[in-house]
Amino acid sequence: MSTKKEQVFQWLDERFQLSPLIEFMRHKMVPIHRHTIWYYMGGVSLFLFIVQLFTGILLLLYYQPGEDSAYESIRFIMNKVPFGWLFRSIHSWGANLFIFFIFVHMFSTYFTAAYRKPRELTWVTGFILLLLAMGFGFSGYLLPWNELAFFATKVGTDIAGVVPLIGDAIKIVLRGGPDVTGATLTRFYAFHIALIPAIFTIFLGIHLLFVQRQGMHEPESVANMPADRKKMIPFFPNFLLRDVFAWLIVLNLVLFLSVFFPWEIGVKADPFVPAPAGIRPEWFFMFMFQALKWIPPHILGMEGEVLGVLAFAIAALAWMLVPFWEIRSRSTGKLKPMVLIGLFALFFIIVMTIIGYAV
Amino acid sequence: MAETRRKFLNALIGTGLVGWLASVLYPVFSFLKPPELPEATVSSIKWGVATDFPAGTSEIVKFGRTPVLLIRLDSGEFKAFEATCTHLDCTVQFRSDKKDIWCACHNGIYDLRGLNVSGPPPRPLSQYAVNVVDGELFVAKAEA
Ligand code: FES
Repeated sequence: MSTKKEQVFQWLDERFQLSPLIEFMRHKMVPIHRHTIWYYMGGVSLFLFIVQLFTGILLLLYYQPGEDSAYESIRFIMNKVPFGWLFRSIHSWGANLFIFFIFVHMFSTYFTAAYRKPRELTWVTGFILLLLAMGFGFSGYLLPWNELAFFATKVGTDIAGVVPLIGDAIKIVLRGGPDVTGATLTRFYAFHIALIPAIFTIFLGIHLLFVQRQGMHEPESVANMPADRKKMIPFFPNFLLRDVFAWLIVLNLVLFLSVFFPWEIGVKADPFVPAPAGIRPEWFFMFMFQALKWIPPHILGMEGEVLGVLAFAIAALAWMLVPFWEIRSRSTGKLKPMVLIGLFALFFIIVMTIIGYAV
Repeated sequence: MAETRRKFLNALIGTGLVGWLASVLYPVFSFLKPPELPEATVSSIKWGVATDFPAGTSEIVKFGRTPVLLIRLDSGEFKAFEATCTHLDCTVQFRSDKKDIWCACHNGIYDLRGLNVSGPPPRPLSQYAVNVVDGELFVAKAEA
């Protein structure tokens, strides 16, 4: 005599072959060691993505894109809609933390060399997800249609226009015309709520599938340990519970920031008002922005900007393809070439960001 | 014989597929590119009575869809420039204390002839013509 529960399970199992999946879950193990903390970063990013999805859908109910309505509808959300201020602030803070944790996740996988065989493509899809997340940030930034966002978008799309040959076409396609106008807003809205989420979901699916197929990466120091010294815990439910605990901490952090530092609306954009001092992009573009600012207007007969943009594009491509050109050295010293490169990238990003905010 | 036929058919299908793909993608990419809106070409705008414009001040006026920075120098002379920074498109402003034109985005500075003097802007601002006719102030596209 089987119970009701078993009957239901059996019904489903016959149709969907659940048993192998459950078997897989049961055997999935997570190594525990002093670098285990980095295993949570991907999960935290995923969690923040879900938060963005959820709050984003809520905001859609009131947000109205358009030159004459976008700013006003955000005001309405912030001032009139019950808890509107909360959900908008969570969406803004969440976006920032989302990208922050993707960066942490990326650098931690980089420094533990988790991108190596067999995870090359996991790394590549992860990098594409970072680019898409930045696209989320860039397109979402304009939606409140405030002064800061307006000029940041002008500058940002103009930089895209610097790319030789195709730059101008990209700029026009992004802006929906030669200038940043209401047409740009409509486009960015479409990118932000439909195009990027669709592509993101596909890559996220692939990324997670890869992670499931390959399991957790063990850093070299752990992989070399004798089997009896290794500690493992089951993913389900032990590690999952720890994951959930990390998510709770992050959720609390988002709530704390949102409640005590609600996101500002700023001044409504007006193309016929001079740019105010202190225009700046979101922090995760700051390092590029700052670097571009320092490039002299002309180098060797080329426009400095063109050179800068090309340099960043090449650097990004190289970073994406790290698993395929990795320099391996046999020296046992701490500072291997790849570590040096990673430290340089990290240092560059941090220092440029700080300078960008300081001056 | 069968081999060549298969190759031929494969090539045929292949080209067909490419053609099909192109015929789908071409309209999509064309759709992405916004049509150019016929802009009512503004060739001149009237500001008002010239004496109402105090010396040493400025104003941004709408020249069609283009912002134009209109300045009256201390000497009483008028100047007009396209207000879009030649660096990355921000809108510039006149600084009456420093007697220059400033772009707040990356600290670009132009002099009162519209020449880029410091900061990132690569080119001077394009100039507009200002005329006073019967005491009324007109801004017009400068003759090229
Ligand atoms: S946009 Fe004016 S200085 Fe950069």
